[in-house]
Amino acid sequence: MLSAPTGASVTTPAEDGQWTMPAKNYASTRFSGLEDINTGNISSLKLAWSFSTGIVRGHEAAPIVANNTMFIVTPYPNIIYALDLTRTGGPVKWKYEPNPQASAQGVACCDVVNRGGVYSDGKLFFNTLDNHTIALDAATGKLLWKTQVGDINMGESMTMAPLVVKDKVLVGNSGGEFGVRGWLTALNTSDGKIAWRAYHTGPDADVLIGPNFHPFYPSDQGKDLGVTSWPADAWKIGGGTSWGWISYDPEQNLIFYGTGNPGPWNADQRPGDNKWTCGIFARDVDTGQARWFYQFSPHDLHDYDAINEQILMDLPVNGQTRKVLVRPERNGYVYVIDRTNGQVLSANPFAYVTTSKGVDLNTGHLIYNEEKKGEVGKTVREICPAAPGAKDWQPSAFSPRTGLMYIPHQNLCQDFEGLEANYITGTPYVGANVRMYAGPGGNRGEFLAWDPVKNEKVWAIRENFPVWSGALVTAGDVVFYGTMDGWFRAVDARNGNVLWQFKCGSGIIGQPISYRGPDGKQYIAILSGVGGWSGAIVAGGLDPRDATAALGFVGAMGDLPDYTARGGMLYVFALP
Amino acid sequence: MCSRFPKEIKILFLLAASACASHKPAAVATVPQITRPAGVLRVCADPNNLPFSNQRGEGFENKIAELLAHDLGERVEYTWWAQRRGFFRNTLKAGMCDVVMGVPAGFEMALTTKPYYRSSYVFLSRKDRHLNLGSLDDPQLRKLRIGVQIIGNDQTNAPPAHALTRRNIIDNVKGFTLYGDYSQPNPPARIVDAVAKGDIDLAIVWGPLAGYFAKQSHVPMQVVPVTPQIDQPFLPFVFDISMGVRRGDQDLRDQLEQVLEQRRADIDRILEDYKVPRVEGGQGV
Repeated sequence: MLSAPTGASVTTPAEDGQWTMPAKNYASTRFSGLEDINTGNISSLKLAWSFSTGIVRGHEAAPIVANNTMFIVTPYPNIIYALDLTRTGGPVKWKYEPNPQASAQGVACCDVVNRGGVYSDGKLFFNTLDNHTIALDAATGKLLWKTQVGDINMGESMTMAPLVVKDKVLVGNSGGEFGVRGWLTALNTSDGKIAWRAYHTGPDADVLIGPNFHPFYPSDQGKDLGVTSWPADAWKIGGGTSWGWISYDPEQNLIFYGTGNPGPWNADQRPGDNKWTCGIFARDVDTGQARWFYQFSPHDLHDYDAINEQILMDLPVNGQTRKVLVRPERNGYVYVIDRTNGQVLSANPFAYVTTSKGVDLNTGHLIYNEEKKGEVGKTVREICPAAPGAKDWQPSAFSPRTGLMYIPHQNLCQDFEGLEANYITGTPYVGANVRMYAGPGGNRGEFLAWDPVKNEKVWAIRENFPVWSGALVTAGDVVFYGTMDGWFRAVDARNGNVLWQFKCGSGIIGQPISYRGPDGKQYIAILSGVGGWSGAIVAGGLDPRDATAALGFVGAMGDLPDYTARGGMLYVFALP
Repeated sequence: MCSRFPKEIKILFLLAASACASHKPAAVATVPQITRPAGVLRVCADPNNLPFSNQRGEGFENKIAELLAHDLGERVEYTWWAQRRGFFRNTLKAGMCDVVMGVPAGFEMALTTKPYYRSSYVFLSRKDRHLNLGSLDDPQLRKLRIGVQIIGNDQTNAPPAHALTRRNIIDNVKGFTLYGDYSQPNPPARIVDAVAKGDIDLAIVWGPLAGYFAKQSHVPMQVVPVTPQIDQPFLPFVFDISMGVRRGDQDLRDQLEQVLEQRRADIDRILEDYKVPRVEGGQGV
């Protein structure tokens, strides 16, 4: 354990030069212990090799490196490339095509991204858009098992990267807007059989809430809240999907992960807290039984899915060292939560927030600003953060050397104004006209360093576009992230000075990683390929005149096509 | 086209249009220029959504497409795609096809023809229940088990869901996702099945769906247009339906309008065959 200048520390395994899971380790630090590339020499960092995936949709995945092989998962059709790092230029060692169901074209229309695979014990695990979890022999690409865990015909899809803990691979579903009921599922790594499934709405038995469930706040205590905090049977199509990040604390044998927003009901149609949506669960990884839960956005009003990453740290709080998880949340606050019991120790805004007035630490409740509640036919301006939140799925990093978190995020507000005619599945209706735009300052994105002990911003870089890529920090005290207009930047972890940058062919929404090659050199890798929700205007070829397309996001991104075009490409950098 | 609108709907679209007009991004659109292949009317359609369309050509939109193509001296060619989020982006706007047979008049994502029919949301119930509902303000709505279809975009849903919520009718409302199970035929029709089976007393659904499946049902059904046609604060239950082509494709739009005009009687007959409830001049028929 390293104690950093801020007093924040983490427990992680020794650096092995690999990158076997998107978050690098169970504490989810996205910190590489490699230090060959550092603030002193990074100006000479050069492109070593590159590789085109041949796919033009948004590339959100982290490359995975194990046993001198790099594994890439593309967006739909979810092709896996294994690249041989022992040979110059990383030629293809094997390729696996899962051929996801194409007959259901349009059934899961929107999110065709994939956030990556995970390597464990000679196997590579990943999810397909059409709800299959697949295990391959990492050496040969041979299929070991393939399990269907959801049904695309019901609107379910899968975009998250799995996490492997012990003998379980953990996966969750997407599709809350289709009335999907959210879940997290554990499969046996050995045979792909489902070991347990925990739903995020419905009776306690389905949610895997039993005698060991001890949530900190009274509002989360009671029988079958996943039923009683909804009107009638609304929970049956209640959303609360799980498509983000999972962390694991070996000491407690607990996993931590968040749940998506309640959908597809509008807020007024679902009075109640709508458990267990927009919150975080701690569960025993062996049984799936819930230990505690905390709800970031009870009765969500603003589409604030709570699927973001949590970094497991030990922090000094009021003179005591507390085992915490730190989570920059979609609703705009960095939460510091005691990971042993779910108590919120602090919640401070890291972005411009008008939708709420803070978090009541006695009750744990988010204090909503009723004036910013959207209603059909009512004009509501300056709803901040907008629906993608102050920060969406794009994961932060933490350096035990600086004690700082590095948070990529967006600075967007939205207005509801007027009405527009709409049409879906043969049915016309009118909906609120949603328009997103840059928040205060006029920059749509920001990359910031955050002190989790003092709970304050240390430095920040304003970005023209939302920063939709993940972050990487290294023992060379360099932080990497990408911009949607294609710049891959390296900045000084201590002060945010830009030290190096490279213009990639397409905008970056992927996750940078670092590894040690078979030649002993340190490498940095990133996938470029703009897309995702924020980049749909380019990846989906949307018309910038449709300001409300992509649920209003296009309105804020009208100029992106002037900066970048689509195309998936891996870039790998090294010192000469 | 506006001259055919009831006053309130005209205001609605004016509002929508002005709200959009002031916020167009400055960037120049990179809309693909598509040349329509000769002799072919390329239609974007859902392969599994009667009464509108299906892959076997059994929907009223299929029949109308055949009629249009015939008069244009063309044959129909389909691009099949489930009509969900992304439908317009992946089909019409991607240039895979040239016309969508049904969109609301003034729809933002397409250039629309003059409307060719106007329908309404309806109350659908078993005849043997003798509910005789006509108004959203009928006190029976507080007690009946009511089915509505849920669409699920944020702050956006089908009008019945909003209207009931505003009247604080919540606990006796059962939601059906509009999307349903796509492995089943015509997934939005499950709400009609639920009425027939007695799982719910009443459904409030878009007229064409209700009219067609009520006729098919083995249980006699009652279909009554919803009033008010425009609910407070500003929620229309009546929509004018047009055809949609890509923006910029005025030629095709004009050709379609010409045929729609010439074949008005034939199109009305097709709509009648499919029991599409129609509303004229703001008056229920």
